[in-house]
Amino acid sequence: MKLKKNIATSETGFIFNPATGDSFTANALATEILQLLKQDRSPADIKTLLLNRYDVEPNQLEKDWDDLVAQLRDHQLLD
Amino acid sequence: MKQRYERPLIKKLSAGPLNKFGARTETQPVPDIDGAPVKDLLGEFGSPLFVLSERQLRRNYQQAVRAFRTRYPRVQFAWSYKTNYLNAVCRVFHQEGAWAEVVSGFEYEKALLNGVPGPQIIFNGPSKSRAELERACALDSVIHLDHFDELYELLDVAATLPRRPRVAVRVNLDAGVYPQWDRFGFNLENGQAWNAIGRIVGSGRLELVGLHCHLGTYLLSTKPYGVAAQKLADLAWSCRTQLNTPIQYLDLGGGFPSTNTLKGAYLPGTDTAPGIDEFAEVIADTLQRAGFRQDELPLLVLEAGRLLVDDAGYLLGTVLATKRLADGRRATILDFGVNVLFTSFWYDHKISPAGDFSQHTEDTVLYGPLCMNIDVLRESVNLPLLSRGDQVVVHKVGAYNMTQWMQFITLRPAVVLLDEQGRPHRIRQAETLDYLQQLEEMPTHLSPSAPGTSPTAGGRPSQATTRP
Ligand SMILES: Cc1ncc(COP(=O)(O)O)c(C=O)c1O
Repeated sequence: MKLKKNIATSETGFIFNPATGDSFTANALATEILQLLKQDRSPADIKTLLLNRYDVEPNQLEKDWDDLVAQLRDHQLLD
Repeated sequence: MKQRYERPLIKKLSAGPLNKFGARTETQPVPDIDGAPVKDLLGEFGSPLFVLSERQLRRNYQQAVRAFRTRYPRVQFAWSYKTNYLNAVCRVFHQEGAWAEVVSGFEYEKALLNGVPGPQIIFNGPSKSRAELERACALDSVIHLDHFDELYELLDVAATLPRRPRVAVRVNLDAGVYPQWDRFGFNLENGQAWNAIGRIVGSGRLELVGLHCHLGTYLLSTKPYGVAAQKLADLAWSCRTQLNTPIQYLDLGGGFPSTNTLKGAYLPGTDTAPGIDEFAEVIADTLQRAGFRQDELPLLVLEAGRLLVDDAGYLLGTVLATKRLADGRRATILDFGVNVLFTSFWYDHKISPAGDFSQHTEDTVLYGPLCMNIDVLRESVNLPLLSRGDQVVVHKVGAYNMTQWMQFITLRPAVVLLDEQGRPHRIRQAETLDYLQQLEEMPTHLSPSAPGTSPTAGGRPSQATTRP
């Protein structure tokens, strides 16, 4: 899973897609995940990190991860 | 210690016109009701759970009485049982001084069991059996007549009684409310009401003590009440001058709005509903100018329902699941549905998370737990990012839910009253399967012991016998 190269993300959660002109806001966790994806970390890697850091059950994270991927795909932010 | 989790969300920023009222989100968390933590209430009594605030019930009642008594010398409220006839709720209002207004035989018995003396029960509605009429006569309640068939039945009952039963005439009239509730009572403008009054007085068997009208429910204008008060006062005046029958009370019914938001309304109810003082002003002012001498002003009876109880009721519940719909919209499934929250058919109920949340919100449709397509609590509402297990509070649910709720697919939940110190008292247990089955009966040929009913006896083997 890869973010499109030209997508700009800021630490405050602002996302801009220069190809379409669309902009987005992300909450803290989505922002963090996008940053990690940009560093080319694998989904499995990121999930392990998040499970250690946040008070969340693996099932819940798994479900929310899939939902985030669907959102990214909907907004055409994935390669 | 791990950090608090909020599921990841990405929201497209639209360059469309901004809502003129700014972002109206309903995201203030509501962690407690009258100081009782939502978490503890759900933990102790189960989810979902109706909660009523005794403090708010009393405050509403006192405020409504004050609104009228400061403007008119003789005022009596009668608690509209069908709005919420949980006995604890009724008793709070009776303690405050309310009579009872009932519309069925069982409501009538409930009022008696709640200690209301017969003469303080107003028996309304289009359906009173002969036995119920006889009982109401024996206990000297006031029977509000709805139609001629009932009037003749009562005349028949009265023929055998030593004392004249007390009656009032329910009148329907044109007060500019549409649709006009002309199915109840006798129409004023076409002469039906006057005709009924003539029969009553002419019979000599009934004592006409009151005139009644109830214009509708959730009326957002004060004007119809002025029109209705004027027309009833004129009618009372005619009774006195033409039939030598002074009317003891005028009953203007209920219909005063709570601050809920009607479905499809442009503005929230808190911004649009006139306060009870404004209604009181119009009614009292009209009656004061109607020509009665100060010492012969009729008693003003009011049957406010939802106004007194709606905002004292809360429904607490829990998120069962969230999902995304085919078109990308978020859906949240709650553990209570339209079977329990009947008023979600009329209102866009305000709903708040009980826990803390970040400032991020999303639009979501709120579904109940029923496997039925109609089970939609809110078509679209902006809420923080709820997840399975999160607790929510629905506001202003005290009126008509705890009477019109249905046992359908799920059982009805418990109801708790928070006393004036905020201490919880369960006033109705959650229903159980046993309770549900109590009234069912089984024909003997379908009983387990009947021949041929054993699953193994017939041609169809049960699962139990085919499994190894
Ligand atoms: C005769 C009568 N009185 C009082 C009420 C209470 O109405 P509301 O809750 O609108 O005040 C009703 C409700 O329909 C009614 O029919």
